[in-house]
Amino acid sequence: MKINLDVDVHHLTRVEGHGNIRVAVKDGEIREARWDVVETPRFFEVMLKGKHYTTAGILTARICGICSIGHCLASLRATEQALGVTIPETAAKLRLLAKHGETLQSHWLHLFFLAAPDFVGLPSALPLLEVKPEVVHIARRLKGAGNRLCDLVAGRTTHPVALQPGGVARMPPREKLLALRDELQRSFEDIGATAALFGTFAIPAFQRETEFVSLKGETEYPWIGGRLISTDGVEHDESDYLQMTNEYVDTRNTSKWCRLSRPSFAVGALARYNNNYRLLHPDAARAAEQFGLAPVCHNPFMNNVAQLVECIHVTHEAIRLIDELVQEGPVETMTEVTPRAGVGVGAVEVPRGILYHHYEYDEEGYIIRANCIIPTTQNNANIHQDLPALAKNFAVDGMTDEKLELLCSMLVRAYDPCVSCSVH
Amino acid sequence: MKYLGIEPGRPRIAVFDFTSCEGCELQLANKEETLAEFLSAISIVRFREVSSADEGDYDIALIEGAITRADEVERLRAIRTKAKVLVALGTCACYGGVAKLKNAYDLAEANREVYGSDPKETLPTRPIRDVVTVDLEIPGCPVSKAEVERIVQHVIWNIPFKFPAYPVCLECKQLYTVCRFEHGQLCLGSITRGGCEAPCPAGGLGCWGCRGPATDPNFEEFITIARERGFSDREISERINFFGALEVAA
Repeated sequence: MKINLDVDVHHLTRVEGHGNIRVAVKDGEIREARWDVVETPRFFEVMLKGKHYTTAGILTARICGICSIGHCLASLRATEQALGVTIPETAAKLRLLAKHGETLQSHWLHLFFLAAPDFVGLPSALPLLEVKPEVVHIARRLKGAGNRLCDLVAGRTTHPVALQPGGVARMPPREKLLALRDELQRSFEDIGATAALFGTFAIPAFQRETEFVSLKGETEYPWIGGRLISTDGVEHDESDYLQMTNEYVDTRNTSKWCRLSRPSFAVGALARYNNNYRLLHPDAARAAEQFGLAPVCHNPFMNNVAQLVECIHVTHEAIRLIDELVQEGPVETMTEVTPRAGVGVGAVEVPRGILYHHYEYDEEGYIIRANCIIPTTQNNANIHQDLPALAKNFAVDGMTDEKLELLCSMLVRAYDPCVSCSVH
Repeated sequence: MKYLGIEPGRPRIAVFDFTSCEGCELQLANKEETLAEFLSAISIVRFREVSSADEGDYDIALIEGAITRADEVERLRAIRTKAKVLVALGTCACYGGVAKLKNAYDLAEANREVYGSDPKETLPTRPIRDVVTVDLEIPGCPVSKAEVERIVQHVIWNIPFKFPAYPVCLECKQLYTVCRFEHGQLCLGSITRGGCEAPCPAGGLGCWGCRGPATDPNFEEFITIARERGFSDREISERINFFGALEVAA
């Protein structure tokens, strides 16, 4: 039987930003299979020119409403590298704690509100409020704990205020840190229930051999700074990020595309897992095993599972960091910053993958040139390359336009794309 | 959700995003402690970022983002014809926000710098009031969810909402937040509309003016004080123009 299928999704739902999916199968042959980003460009790199070093982190946080803390941290790292600033150790811990808060709020948002509805046949998580309120309450508590952690450490969860050049504006009150520690400790029960729920979801059986890029952890699962690594064996210094990204312009996309050893590569939770699984907390490693997640995993739908595994790891890490922070007496969390001419690169693992900011400053501390390479920019070509393979895999008897549309949409959502970020 | 046994209206709301970071609509799903009550007070008929459902007509269209391309103009006009009430959600929609900073640069040059020989379509950034009639503007980068909740309460009980006339400064005093000028930082709190509960100064950062001007702001006095405190005109001007919400030259 000759199979004919047609998928045409304009402005895919349950993702951040605007992208389109187009798949056409004629007489069993893939005629077209595309992922195109049509988001409006904002020209952040141009706007950064001439801005003061104290403005860069505030401005670039606005690249993304979900991972604004990650953007701010990558920006601060680039600035501090350029201006030769070493932040106090306590400030580094606070920044990592804010980062963990962001990972939790972002991953839980994606898992419950963006990804899960597809696995239970709902258009969104909103109807669950009527039919399964307990699931919404679990989601609310888990995501809420992540947001409260961001609020406490960064001053606000969207567009942080306390993360500034030189460190972190202030140490959160000890009693508030301890209250959040209790909340995180209690959240393991909800996390267990979530893992049980996700264990009932049928993850599509699909594989496409892919190169995965992330920071390389040395002694800890990596989040802020360090060497860059790929599962194809490429390794570079943070400052040589351009050799890891190789951005180029595609005529039909407002997001750029990236390539490395192959025509595309992937970043994100699955990439971090594939490169750094040895450094996970034992509870997180155990969860990965229970879900059948094993390195190197080439099923992009397993990025959902990798996010869940990271939530377990990060919850443990956040508790450990709070324990260390409350031991410290009154300590300095800011160091003085003196402008100078210089160049700096900051690489940070944000929820959707590795993010790079790169600035050149003049001697008065104003930006001459800026470059930002966003995780979803790195993933867009890979999503585009996945689609023909996915269509080929599922263009079999019994497949319908609706089922294929759902599979394609689920594939894109599994990457948790931040499309407006990717265009910036 | 009833108060004194009376059933309030449950407005049908649709959320649409234009040129933005989508951080304002994300606030609608934040403040988890009251999320269930918030969602039960309104009826969400369209919200692309979190739902695939399209449940038809809406009374209120919440618009996030600024307008930067011809297709956005068309999309916004189409929404205006369907919405009884059109609301600008956040600083980009109300004032252009950080997206408007690009207007200070040559856009053809900017395009060449970012996209090389394959430029992408882009127009100077405009707030949505420059394209369609706007019924209510809720500023903030991002919007304050607590304020959005207050506005929704007014909408369902049919009582007009008034934004505070006072500046952010007043809320810092209420919170016992030490003035950011005393920490050697520039702060626009004295000229910026309050109602956000001053999270930035409390978190250690001077105000950047995302909510637009307070009623009758004394710009001249603000600039005099900022200069006295040693801030250069370049710094003052960069700050005031950041969100495009305070139309004044330093």
